[in-house]
Amino acid sequence: MDLILVNLIDGLVTGLLLFMLSAGLTLIFSMMGVLNFAHASFYMLGAYFAYQISLALGFWMGLLIAPIVVGVLGAGVERYGLRRVHQYGHVPELIFTFGLALLIEEMVQFVWGKNQMAYSVPEVLNFTAFAISGNSIPAYKIFMIFTSIAIFIGLLYILTKTRVGMIIQAALSYPRTVEALGHNVPLIFMGVFGVGTALAGLAGVIAGPVLGTFPGMAFVLGSIVFVTIVIGGLGSLWGALVASLLIGWITTFAKSYNIEMEDVLNSIGISTPENLSDSVFRDFWSLTSPQIADILPYILMVLILIFRPAGLFGKRQS
Amino acid sequence: MTVSDPKHDVPEGAREKDQITTDPSNPSERMRAGSMTLTLAPWVIATVVLIFLPMFFTNNSTLTIMNQMSITIVFALAYNMLLGQGGMLSFGHAVYAGVGGFACMHIMNMSDFFETIPLVILPVFGGLFGMGLAMIVGSFSTRSAGTVFAMISLGVGELIAACSVIIVAFFGGEEGISGDRTYAQPFFGVEFLQQIEVYYLTIAWLVISAALMYLWSRTPVGRMANAVRDNPERAQFLGYSARWVRYYSFIASGFFCGIAGGLFAINYEILTEENLNTASSGVILLVTFLGGVGFFFGPIIGAIAFTLLQTVLSLSTELWAFYAGTLFVATVMFFPGGLAGLIMMHVPAFKLGKASGLVMPYIKTLLPGAIGLLGLAALVEMTFHFRHAATGDVEMTLFWTTFNSHEVLPWIIAGAVTVIGLGIAKVTAPSLKEAWNEANTAGGAS
Amino acid sequence: MSTPALELTGLKKSFGKAEIIRGIDLSIGKAERHAIIGPNGAGKSTLFNLITARFAPTAGTVKLHGENLAGLEPFQINRKGLSRSFQITNIFPAMTVFENVRCALLWAQGYKYSFWHLVNSKRDLTEGAEAILDQINLLERRNLPAGTLSYAEQRALEIGITIAGGADVIMLDEPTAGMSNTETDYITDLILKVTAGKTLIMVEHDMGVVFGLADRISVLVYGEIIATGAPADVRADARVQEAYLGAALEAEH
Repeated sequence: MDLILVNLIDGLVTGLLLFMLSAGLTLIFSMMGVLNFAHASFYMLGAYFAYQISLALGFWMGLLIAPIVVGVLGAGVERYGLRRVHQYGHVPELIFTFGLALLIEEMVQFVWGKNQMAYSVPEVLNFTAFAISGNSIPAYKIFMIFTSIAIFIGLLYILTKTRVGMIIQAALSYPRTVEALGHNVPLIFMGVFGVGTALAGLAGVIAGPVLGTFPGMAFVLGSIVFVTIVIGGLGSLWGALVASLLIGWITTFAKSYNIEMEDVLNSIGISTPENLSDSVFRDFWSLTSPQIADILPYILMVLILIFRPAGLFGKRQS
Repeated sequence: MTVSDPKHDVPEGAREKDQITTDPSNPSERMRAGSMTLTLAPWVIATVVLIFLPMFFTNNSTLTIMNQMSITIVFALAYNMLLGQGGMLSFGHAVYAGVGGFACMHIMNMSDFFETIPLVILPVFGGLFGMGLAMIVGSFSTRSAGTVFAMISLGVGELIAACSVIIVAFFGGEEGISGDRTYAQPFFGVEFLQQIEVYYLTIAWLVISAALMYLWSRTPVGRMANAVRDNPERAQFLGYSARWVRYYSFIASGFFCGIAGGLFAINYEILTEENLNTASSGVILLVTFLGGVGFFFGPIIGAIAFTLLQTVLSLSTELWAFYAGTLFVATVMFFPGGLAGLIMMHVPAFKLGKASGLVMPYIKTLLPGAIGLLGLAALVEMTFHFRHAATGDVEMTLFWTTFNSHEVLPWIIAGAVTVIGLGIAKVTAPSLKEAWNEANTAGGAS
Repeated sequence: MSTPALELTGLKKSFGKAEIIRGIDLSIGKAERHAIIGPNGAGKSTLFNLITARFAPTAGTVKLHGENLAGLEPFQINRKGLSRSFQITNIFPAMTVFENVRCALLWAQGYKYSFWHLVNSKRDLTEGAEAILDQINLLERRNLPAGTLSYAEQRALEIGITIAGGADVIMLDEPTAGMSNTETDYITDLILKVTAGKTLIMVEHDMGVVFGLADRISVLVYGEIIATGAPADVRADARVQEAYLGAALEAEH
């Protein structure tokens, strides 16, 4: 029971972190209809910038400044890159963001090298918040949870209650009409892209100290973020939230409970073959849940795409 | 997606280009006879060049590079059956080549069976396994093109790549699977011990595969792949199921990817997780796009250029992936037609007999531009050395010159070369543009 | 009476709460030229899309030569001999004019998903496509990309693609929309020529074209057919006059 609670908290942290990335990505998708492959790269840039700033000004300034810098950079990419490629069609757009992801990774290696950075949790938050039967929960995790929730509430408020939010929502569905009403739609697009990437940057700032700040960090999380928004339904904010939490919990639980395929198969009535070590399927029989924890989201995505192509909360077909 | 008025849909450039490459006044019969010789000529020339190339490049490392090039060409052409001809963007295409390759490795290790077949037909098995996998995955992934297809391809790609460490029996875990090609039945006495023998095997398959893929694009299903790419709805109202057309393209692409994988297995005698992962899939996308997806020969040029670039650059700089990434992004942004698109841009000027007028303006602009870019690259290399070289290591070698990267002079020289080179290019660019317009206008002085 | 070429019974379609097609019964005989007219927003294009399975009907049936089309995909319906054009020109703009027509011939000539025939060396395809091009007067344009043709030429090409497969029921959606008078005359003659002996169903706004071409006319207003009959009868029908005049007045205000 206690272990379940610990896992719930860990899964929540992972899930909310994923959500900070997937929220921006899904907003950008519903607006421009393009999946930004470089989204996780902005997450990585957030961590690196925050590390660099924290060396000079401390963690909190990094938390404040790095996302803004990333957001400005993101807006620049939209203005001078994506908008140009947009005229060639969707496939070149996807390819462009894919190339951008490669390029950003190379640039990060160019500037900071291949090793992990010594970006760490600030002193103030470096203590144990509470313990559940011997499993200590660090205060930083609680901080991550609260930051993410605050972001979500803020985002929801802006999108549903403010004028800017209304215009954005309208621009998502009827860009032409909104443009005819005198709003600068390209500017809105650029702004949303900037905010989306800034959110990714913020996620990087707070995840960098716990998950590690290294050139592969975008790659590790990148495809999972896609999987998340595809599962949740492209363009759906609620879908992104549900899918993020789902993936956070599934992977955490799969890693922490060692469920073996042999037991599962036995329990549904399939008995272990006599000489297992000679069988072609020996690897299949000896599968354990921690082994496949990281590919569970992909399995889930492929299943969802086969049986419910629009995703859990998706409305529109691409 | 709604279909907008095609009058506004066709990019300006594409129209002009196609308009001039096809001559409306030609009667059909003559056209066909003419195009037969026209289409056969490049194939014959390419085959002859490939056969005689080893006479000029005799050492084994060159042969290795040429083999690698051939494999990449087959793979890129197969990939373009989807991307260019079918409009389907796959992010996990390495798995079809990889699985084909792994299957071939296993056949190599089944000595009882392997002894009875000549090595030359091994790639067929690779193709069949690649095709088998494509039949399974395609059955659900080709329902739609666009984003959903791309995402499924990514998911399946990641899934199979991840399986390579889990399903050790087939993928061999981290060490991969290795074998020995020479255990096959000798083929007219050839045992494929030497690199040159493998070279001829590889190019034979290259020519066969490329020709088959070209012919595929001329068949009813190949033509409809284009139609479905451009306008799936119209194709449906012509009696064709867009999904089945895509599915057939996907299967065919899987087959030729598997052939490429089989050739890889024969050449390197080992396959690992690297043959399956997203990075390999990314490389083939890069190669294909660099070459140009709009023309059949685009991926061929892309594969040749990329392999040469990779060989030259990766020997001389650590930053090779950085340059490749930059080149890739620049291609997408400024030359979405790729190298093939750039070449075909010049066809109108040639037809008008005005291409020679472009030579001097090109030299005046592109030469300084290239020198400026080399200067920029030098600055990048020096910055990298300055930041990342071990403390005390101040010497670096660049363009056959060894100097101290912590002194000011080299920086000034590199900076000056960059500014002057790019500056001249910028100044001469307008006259190049003028010459370009002149060369593409019918009539006039010449 | 023989089996009608196309028979609609109780056809309905709702988008959400809005009922666009509100129960249509219509029977169109073989080799009949039938025009569907009606004010904007009456549901003419929706009706076309229901017949060709671009949309699934909420209720009712569509029968082609007595065969129920329920549950069939557009390509299956096309193979049964029903072909259509679109209100917005729907061709393959990047392909040559010749290839547009040839693509339309492939299925009908039995090539299906063949990868063992080469299209260039097939005489029947080349000659068939050239015959169609001759009919629609685009033979001289055969090697131009379809996207570069003039608007009227693109419309003609679309008609060519629609009839190429040899379907015996042809549906044309506003074939003369947005054309000048001379262009309209040209297309009208073309339609007469290429649909000889076939069943033709067309949506059209230009009354000159409608009364010149059609054997029978149906008037569709707000998702219902208020009158069907010979041109003269329809013209005289009081409800038609009212609906048309009323709608025209509404549209003006």
